[in-house]
Amino acid sequence: MITWANFVSQLFNGLALGALLALISSGLTIIYGTLGVLNLAHGAMFMLGGYAGYMAYEATGSYVVALIGGAVFLLVVGILLERVVIRHFYHRPHEDQLLVTFGIAIVIVEAVRFFFSSLSKTVPAPSLLSGITPLGFMFYPTYRLALVGIVAVALLALFLMLFRTRLGMIVRAGIEDSVMVDSLGINVQRVFMVVFGIGAMAAGFAGIVNAPVVALTPDVGEAILVQTFVVVVIGGVGSFTGAILGGLIAGEIISITSMINPGYAYVVLFAAMTLVLMVRPQGLLGTKGRE
Amino acid sequence: MSTGTARAIPPPTRLREPATLRQRPFFVETILALVLIAVPLVLPYLGSAPNTVNRILVWGLFGIGFDILFGYTGLLSFGQSALYGTGGFVAAYLLTRAGFPYVILALVIGTIAAAAVGYLVGLIALKRTGIYFAMITVAIAEVFYFVEFNPLSEWTGGENGLPGVPTPSIPLGFTTLHFSTGWSLYPFLAVVYFLGIVLALRIVRSPVGTIFRAIRENPLRAAAVGHNIHSYKVAAFVIAAAYAGLAGGLLGVMQGFMPPEAFTFDTSGQLVIQTAIGGRGTLFGPLLGAGVWLFLQDFLQGTLKLGAAWKLVLGLVFVLLVVFLHNGIIGGLKSLYQHVRGRANGDTVAIDTIDADAARTSAREPHFRRDVPAFSGPILKATGLSKHYGGVIANADIDFSVNRGELRGIIGPNGAGKSTFFKMLTCEVSPTSGSITFEGRDITGMSVTDVCQLGLTKSYQVNQLFNRLTVRENVAIAALAALRGKLKLDMLRKMANVPGLVDQVEHTLELVNLTGRRDTPVSQLAYGEKRRLEVGLALASSPTLLLLDEPLAGMSPSERVETVKLLKSIAQGRTMIIIDHDMDSLFELAERVTVLQEGRVLVEGTPEEIKGNAKVQEAYLGGVHEGLGDTAEAVS
Repeated sequence: MITWANFVSQLFNGLALGALLALISSGLTIIYGTLGVLNLAHGAMFMLGGYAGYMAYEATGSYVVALIGGAVFLLVVGILLERVVIRHFYHRPHEDQLLVTFGIAIVIVEAVRFFFSSLSKTVPAPSLLSGITPLGFMFYPTYRLALVGIVAVALLALFLMLFRTRLGMIVRAGIEDSVMVDSLGINVQRVFMVVFGIGAMAAGFAGIVNAPVVALTPDVGEAILVQTFVVVVIGGVGSFTGAILGGLIAGEIISITSMINPGYAYVVLFAAMTLVLMVRPQGLLGTKGRE
Repeated sequence: MSTGTARAIPPPTRLREPATLRQRPFFVETILALVLIAVPLVLPYLGSAPNTVNRILVWGLFGIGFDILFGYTGLLSFGQSALYGTGGFVAAYLLTRAGFPYVILALVIGTIAAAAVGYLVGLIALKRTGIYFAMITVAIAEVFYFVEFNPLSEWTGGENGLPGVPTPSIPLGFTTLHFSTGWSLYPFLAVVYFLGIVLALRIVRSPVGTIFRAIRENPLRAAAVGHNIHSYKVAAFVIAAAYAGLAGGLLGVMQGFMPPEAFTFDTSGQLVIQTAIGGRGTLFGPLLGAGVWLFLQDFLQGTLKLGAAWKLVLGLVFVLLVVFLHNGIIGGLKSLYQHVRGRANGDTVAIDTIDADAARTSAREPHFRRDVPAFSGPILKATGLSKHYGGVIANADIDFSVNRGELRGIIGPNGAGKSTFFKMLTCEVSPTSGSITFEGRDITGMSVTDVCQLGLTKSYQVNQLFNRLTVRENVAIAALAALRGKLKLDMLRKMANVPGLVDQVEHTLELVNLTGRRDTPVSQLAYGEKRRLEVGLALASSPTLLLLDEPLAGMSPSERVETVKLLKSIAQGRTMIIIDHDMDSLFELAERVTVLQEGRVLVEGTPEEIKGNAKVQEAYLGGVHEGLGDTAEAVS
């Protein structure tokens, strides 16, 4: 039975999912925009973030430590991955980049499965944010409201980093014309390393924030990766604002369709993506000619 | 072929495939047949389970189509499970719930269904290229999985799949061949795989297969020489879909049960991994990769008792393979073989010097001649042509016309808008305003492919070649567009049987003096040779109007002298427009010269008039009056 309160509650769910997708997709899109590498291990980063947060929480019992510790861990993982593997692939064809990041995703997922088994783990929401909040006409889980806030802060931080710092300026310039940035005497290597780290951290951070909402299994990254791709196709590759817009659209589509019939969530999402491809192939906020 | 030339023309060697496939006729097919026959005689004694062998064959068949898509056409799809599942479930549904009795016919229907779905999916996914294509195919795979589980679970059995898929039997009149499971089913699968390979070999050796590889190597140039690459990509996608659908149907037959896992993303992933492990662009790579994958899985799980960790180990193996062995096991073996044999691919003739005089005397009439429509006036006429990039004005209000048979030069300082002007004439970029008329037809807003088909093409300032293909294959790709039109799906025709192709290719190679290098891969050519091949690609489509964007760029002085001779010989009976910074050469070649400056036509006239023109001298030298010919080099 679809009630008014039910509908609004799904709108909120869509907002929460949309915010998460926006954060994950911005990570994916700045990595692609700057390095030219589509990271198929991005979903695995999301999953790994959840597990890192779980470990930190188990050790300390603190949600805040889990949040910060997990994010820092993913930053380190991202930087290591870039140094050890990804940097050897900048001059190889796109297909090789896809293959190697796909392989990395498998290794990470299977390694997590090896150490933690396939059984799901749970991270409880912090006591301050647990329970439900009365919104006048309905009740809504407090943590999901908080999730939107936390992710919004993270997106703001990413925005400030991109649009208010020297690094961000280089990243944005690199998205426009990486050859030019290279020839301006900027240490592109170090920028690449940091960007990959930050991108991984964005996905990982989303994974930690999401951990109290869902059951954590080694496979949570795969579904998220697919949704992230749809977000990027809808929003446009290399566009930060496109990732946010696309994330919110995808989140609401999944959420509202699920209310009517969960089986059709992906069908409608895919239909939306197809529509965008037909009407505006470069994505809603994408630039023509950027592949 | 035309006769009547004194010079001995090299026998038109057959246009064949790369070194892997360059064998005696049916060599590959014969070896494969022998191996497939030997397998059930040998492997049981080595303790191989027949079901593993059968699964390898099904994966191998699935991979043949995928390799045509990925290895040959360069399109990496992560969505093949959607088509595998479609073919499989259509066939399995017919054979179980619908009570359809004919197994083989059901497999065929499943294949056709997968191809039809593949066509629709391909139209969507191929809206974009590169990483977009990969992302869209991932999304497609996921959507099909959800559709199978939810909206269509009435038909597909949802998470239970479809049990009770029968095995095939073939009535022969006097007896009936029954195939059940294990080694009994093997002959059926082996025959299907064999036929799959035979068909795929025909496809990759056909003109269509050659164009697939052209798309993989350089899609922009493949379009510019006159191929409708979007349609060819869709064709490759449909071929891959058909193979996937057939393999999916065989999966159900093999297991007696159509599992819903056929639709999972993991299935797509496993196919990609197996193809990469075995070696892409080889047709047999997926089979080999599947063998490695499934035997390792059995070994790690069974013998080493690793349990679920087997996938972790295989993942690591895969990553290491991608990092260190670019082209998989077959690619690795191939380079090892070449290393041991101590020979580079192709011939190792020293760089031949240009013999333009010989080229001129031997220049025969090309086999292919375009029909020229009746029109009067100039062959090319641009009116009020402008191009703005945001606030930057690249070209402003250019009026320009060239008469048939003319050799026009275009000069201008760097940034004068020469290359943008060329790109507009060949319709690579559309003008902001103005119109272009070619042979009396308005071509404004047409695609570069269509314009090339009309007989207007150009050679590029920066080489745009098909790097991993040979010189001859490069020229053939351009010639095919002229001889076959922008789209023709003659997938079963041999390259050597395309009327006029051998002649057109040999003629073009002679014109650009690369006859002695015909089997050399482009990556091994010297710079000057690549430059000539660049011109050759444009010439191979027998254009009525040929544009050359800085044909002399980057050449040594002696190379320039000889290339000028070459261009003179090419110019006979053609209309050409040449951009170059080498004014000595250009003034020697061109009958009239147009000078561009800051996106506008500054002046137009004979070389003599231009040399003496004060405005031109000012444009180049900023008012310092000197003999232009002496200082042009310093400017360029």
